[in-house]
Amino acid sequence: MVETFPIEVTVNGRRRTLEVAGHHSLLDVIRDDLGLTGAKECCLVGECGACTVMMDGRTVDSCLVLAVEVDGAELTTVEGLATDGKLAPIQEAFLDKGAVQCGFCIPGQLMSAQALLAEHEHPTLAEVQEGMAGNLCRCGCYQQITDAILAVAEGER
Amino acid sequence: MHTFAYARPASLSEAVALLDAHGPDARVLAGGTDLIVRLRDGSAAPSIVIDVKRIAELRPGIREVDGRVVIGATTVMTDVAADPLVRRHFPALAEAAAVVGSVQIRNRATLAGNICNASPAADTAPPLLVHGASVVAEGPGGTRRIPVDELFVRSGVTTLARGELVIAIELPIPARRIASVHVRRTRRRGHDLASVTLTCGVDAAGITRLAYGSVGPRPVLVTDDSGVLVDPAASDEAKAPILEAMFAAASPSPRSMRAGPEYRLAMLRVLGRRALAEAIDRLAAGE
Repeated sequence: MVETFPIEVTVNGRRRTLEVAGHHSLLDVIRDDLGLTGAKECCLVGECGACTVMMDGRTVDSCLVLAVEVDGAELTTVEGLATDGKLAPIQEAFLDKGAVQCGFCIPGQLMSAQALLAEHEHPTLAEVQEGMAGNLCRCGCYQQITDAILAVAEGER
Repeated sequence: MHTFAYARPASLSEAVALLDAHGPDARVLAGGTDLIVRLRDGSAAPSIVIDVKRIAELRPGIREVDGRVVIGATTVMTDVAADPLVRRHFPALAEAAAVVGSVQIRNRATLAGNICNASPAADTAPPLLVHGASVVAEGPGGTRRIPVDELFVRSGVTTLARGELVIAIELPIPARRIASVHVRRTRRRGHDLASVTLTCGVDAAGITRLAYGSVGPRPVLVTDDSGVLVDPAASDEAKAPILEAMFAAASPSPRSMRAGPEYRLAMLRVLGRRALAEAIDRLAAGE
């Protein structure tokens, strides 16, 4: 019998009450219990960033957080970036710049980009590279991703 | 992941009692960036995981108390790196915290966790050693302060006793400023564990402190008080034997996958000299 714990979280602005197993990760719960499949399971050691979500305004690798730890937290996943059916500026910029090939890493990239722009309204190239270094892209779209972030910062979007 | 019991004690005494009762079958969960990887790959298989993030005494925060800077045990690297007190008094610690993992890791990983894991490659260990930090440990016998230099035994092993946990890290604000620099060598640009991680600190009295990791079973602190290393008039020939003696405690493993011992020892010397020169510049510039 696996012990479960009640947790209360706000996910993309909506209050949720969940019952989670102690050994399930936040990523497990986001994908399997909440059906939000934007965040991806990939390296499971905190190197690739495909599972990146925002927790209380800061990005985390959701594979390295236990679901029970987020009790009381406010979470934003990639599904929460668009509002009223309208894409966020960073999402539009990724489309404009062709920053997406296979798309697998993009939800994580978008969350890190969003957090980066919230902290640095006009980031330098070095700040973009450091801020995005926890998100790997096997298609090698780094240049286009960087262009998209700088485009938002420069007000193109 | 294997199943395990999860406990989230609300009080320090409850946490200590749990740790004491379960001994080696318990693991402390702070940021989880190391522990959860190990829970998943099975290299840690505790029967109980004790989450310490709801205990008031361990709460995140950095404050000045009686001439010391006190860093709560659950303070994350992002906040250590950005803190004005840390940046002013212990610049190498801010620099080291800023290169641990990625943004996502630094938003979660704690300074206390980095130290309690006792990894030889822990980037925050050298600056804590150079700046004379101690951990405040609470256990069944009460509270004690352990200098960080007396905490490390070898990878994953500390001198913390059964039932003890770290509640804070303290750094004395020195009467004479220590200008410090953190440098590291990694296999690639971007995020990687260090092949060599090193901090050098110098002060106006001519004392040079050097701490380095990832070149032996535990991080090492060595001190030179001859004044020669910081003397602008001293020749390289005069400095060389002193530096060689300071590097003598390095004993990199031939089995490590990140770099061979010859390379590590060569880079230790390069980084040591580079950090010393930068620390002297910072001292002169009043940084």
